[in-house]
Amino acid sequence: MALLKRLARHKLPQITFTLNGEACFGLAGDTVMTAILTRTDRLRVSDFSNAPRAGFCQMGACQDCWVLTSEGKRIRACSTALEPGMNLRTMTEPRS
Amino acid sequence: MSRILRKDVAIIGGGLVGSSAALALRRMGLSVVLLDKGYCGAQASGVNYGGVRRQGRPPEQIPLSQRAHAIWPRLKELIGIDGEFVRSGHLKLARTEAEMASLENYAARVAELGLDLELIGHNQLRERFPWIAGNIVGASLCSGDGHANPRLVSATFALAARLAGAEVLEHTPVSHVEKLAEGFHLSTETGAEIKARFVINSAGAWAGAFAKAFGEPVPLTRIYPSMIVTEPLDVFMTVNIGAEGGGIYARQVERGNCIVGGMRGEPTTDPDYSRPTGTGAVTIMNRAASMFPALRSAYAIRFWSGTEGEMADRNPVIGFSRTTPNLIHAFGFSGAGFQIAPGVGEVLAELVRDGETSTPIDAFSIDRFTRMDQGSPAGSVPEPQTREALK
Amino acid sequence: MSDAIRPLIVGAGPAGIRAAQTLLGAGLRPVVVDEAASGGGQIYRQRLVPDERTPRDLYGSEAGKATALHEAFVRIRDRIDYLPQALVWNVRNKTADVAVDGRTRRLDFSHLILATGATDRVLPFRGWTTPGVFTLGGAQIALKSQGCAIGEQVVFLGSGPLLYLVAWQYMKAGARVAAVLDTAPFSAKLHLLRGLPFQPGVVFRGMRYVAELMARGVPVHFGVEPDRIEGTTQVEGIVWRERGKEHRLACDAVGYGFALRSETQLADLAGCRFVFDERDRAWRPERDLAGRTSVADVYIAGDGAGIAGADAAELAGERAGLALLEDAGRSVDHARIAVLERKLAAIHRFRDILEAAFPFPEALASRVDDDVLLCRCEEISVGEARAAARSQGVHELNRLKALTRIGMGRCQGRMCASAATEILAAAHGKPLESVGRLRAQPPVKPLPLEVMTDGEAA
Repeated sequence: MALLKRLARHKLPQITFTLNGEACFGLAGDTVMTAILTRTDRLRVSDFSNAPRAGFCQMGACQDCWVLTSEGKRIRACSTALEPGMNLRTMTEPRS
Repeated sequence: MSRILRKDVAIIGGGLVGSSAALALRRMGLSVVLLDKGYCGAQASGVNYGGVRRQGRPPEQIPLSQRAHAIWPRLKELIGIDGEFVRSGHLKLARTEAEMASLENYAARVAELGLDLELIGHNQLRERFPWIAGNIVGASLCSGDGHANPRLVSATFALAARLAGAEVLEHTPVSHVEKLAEGFHLSTETGAEIKARFVINSAGAWAGAFAKAFGEPVPLTRIYPSMIVTEPLDVFMTVNIGAEGGGIYARQVERGNCIVGGMRGEPTTDPDYSRPTGTGAVTIMNRAASMFPALRSAYAIRFWSGTEGEMADRNPVIGFSRTTPNLIHAFGFSGAGFQIAPGVGEVLAELVRDGETSTPIDAFSIDRFTRMDQGSPAGSVPEPQTREALK
Repeated sequence: MSDAIRPLIVGAGPAGIRAAQTLLGAGLRPVVVDEAASGGGQIYRQRLVPDERTPRDLYGSEAGKATALHEAFVRIRDRIDYLPQALVWNVRNKTADVAVDGRTRRLDFSHLILATGATDRVLPFRGWTTPGVFTLGGAQIALKSQGCAIGEQVVFLGSGPLLYLVAWQYMKAGARVAAVLDTAPFSAKLHLLRGLPFQPGVVFRGMRYVAELMARGVPVHFGVEPDRIEGTTQVEGIVWRERGKEHRLACDAVGYGFALRSETQLADLAGCRFVFDERDRAWRPERDLAGRTSVADVYIAGDGAGIAGADAAELAGERAGLALLEDAGRSVDHARIAVLERKLAAIHRFRDILEAAFPFPEALASRVDDDVLLCRCEEISVGEARAAARSQGVHELNRLKALTRIGMGRCQGRMCASAATEILAAAHGKPLESVGRLRAQPPVKPLPLEVMTDGEAA
């Protein structure tokens, strides 16, 4: 279930992106965090107990919102603007 | 309130050398006070890279290193924790033909010393360690070597010594050591006074002043190796990596953080402390990303550097003072003290109890510097004093 | 324009912007580095693209101040060297290491103004890492910048004026606020009456927020002791104790916090001396009234110098700019300086009252169960911290970090150091000041390994 609930900005242009292989869209002005958490309930799992995490501070301090691009680059979701064509993966598999 | 502690042995410097000596002495039943100007294990012992390796040491260090090698797997039994010691193997890379020749040369020199080095060529390297990129010519693998967590190991040796009955005085800088007719009197900045039969000078980068005070100055300088650590990552490094010719060393812990070193930091206005340079850190980060493709998207989360004592000939000073009976020196490990320190601790305890040790340490004698200095007044070395008997 | 003076300002929030404006007014061209994409800091954070909401919708009573600040920055942007989305990750002597878009460069400066702001101060309690739990500031950013509520049924918890402000903002924006849980007793609020002579507007506004929340049927509870957040993959409810009785409320999001904590890492790296601030319950860089630190040519302003709010930040930014100019031998308007210092003093007196009205929940820190996570990055429990305090004789924060890994994770102690301080001090029954503070290490935030160097060879 989505964590974040949109109260405003509904009429802004859509931005298409891919999340975990699925095509979806966010809105202009979304951060990656908003785009993902308006449709799902986690961004990553914790490093040592695989507990789900979905950010905390929204201001680039807690470092709990890192997600991956399909090329393996890391993105801090709360401080990265959503861009068209982004290919994102939430880091929800346990580390090997 | 000034109290006088009377102990068999006073140890100046609570790093890994001093702490392991304290523990070994307690296990022999001798009374010990372990002194440190700060927290035990907070200096070189606690901030070094964490490599636990014999490979690469000069041959004269190998017997001592082999002695330590037997101790590391027994850490849990000795100090209650395994200190995250892992026998991962130590892989020393040669990036040029000259470096490979150097590795081959070393392997030959130490062939009889029990390191069981395996020389590996380029193709084998790519096959066995595909996570290392670049045109590496070859490598030398010492599969019995590994790495551990210096922050935990050093502090825990001091804790174990305390639990075994050693008096551990942290934040107690030693201000003066006086030789008495029998034994020594130590004064400290906190007012604690100590009388001891023996003194061990294991004060690391600060040991030179004590040696000098007893008429045996040494060419001890400070180096500031600096390190970076990454966020936790999927484990991919299967060995502790070094490079012939230096420049980079890297290891990955079970939790997944990679520790990479190879640059020097710089002292702050207080020469007891150092910090990494921004440029140095960025250099080592780039080197790491270049050599280990798995690190290319990773983030560094911390840089640090520490203060270590380096001797001009890069060998430590270990052994009895040449000027003062019952004074024993053990310092100047030149950035390579971590693996060897537990063995040194045992040796120091033997020196105290027996006046000698079964492990060869002549090469580390403090008077090798004065002996080199022929013709100068300082070159006339008095005969080693007779060791006062322990009561 | 003077070549000899090359000021660097870190932070483009209220303090940084006013400092820049002040220096510009004297003909200097400061470099202004900020992590965000646009100016305003946190409290006046801007959205990424325009939308249908008015400044009033976004900033409420502070809309005028927010707009004025943003417009001021727009006016000066072309006359300063502005580096947005840039991170100053290290400072040493007169050089800063700055990372922008995967490249790092060294910036030399003659003078430094640190306007690094603050983050929420949190304490751990069971379930605080569950998806759907955000800080109060985080909940506010979700609304302000992103037009989102953190959930369908949000509970706000904590202590501080921000608690009521964010809850009220959510209510006004059409979110469902399930409850406001104040850890402070209602009686503490009576201290606000003492604040009436100083900041009547602030006090009345706060009262209005509570009244409107209650009128809308939002339950407001006082003297709350949070027990746990329920839900494994996502928040499902919150349980608390109030006057000895346990309460439970279903919800799908919790926003919480207990005032703010200053970002002081760069001040530490710059060599500033720190002092312990009883009100903030934290160490902060030592500063004089003007914002001078113990290091020549280094100044601090705003919440990064001690929590005092956005109004104080604007004043302090200007004051620090004037201090820099004065120290550099420029003539300054002393009448203006007197006005600034007077206003700042009044705000600080009011902050004392705020702290009394919204006290920090000391008991929560010391009573939290051993098995609750203290360090969320490294997943180290409160119990591990207490065990280190007891059996390894740990009395000091850096030693705690070295032996337990608390503070060694990606956030470098931002989310756990306040709590670790409280817990370590409580374990020994010692004052907070005695356990010290975490020593800053570069990089002050995570830095990509493959960061390229700009120009200068490594």
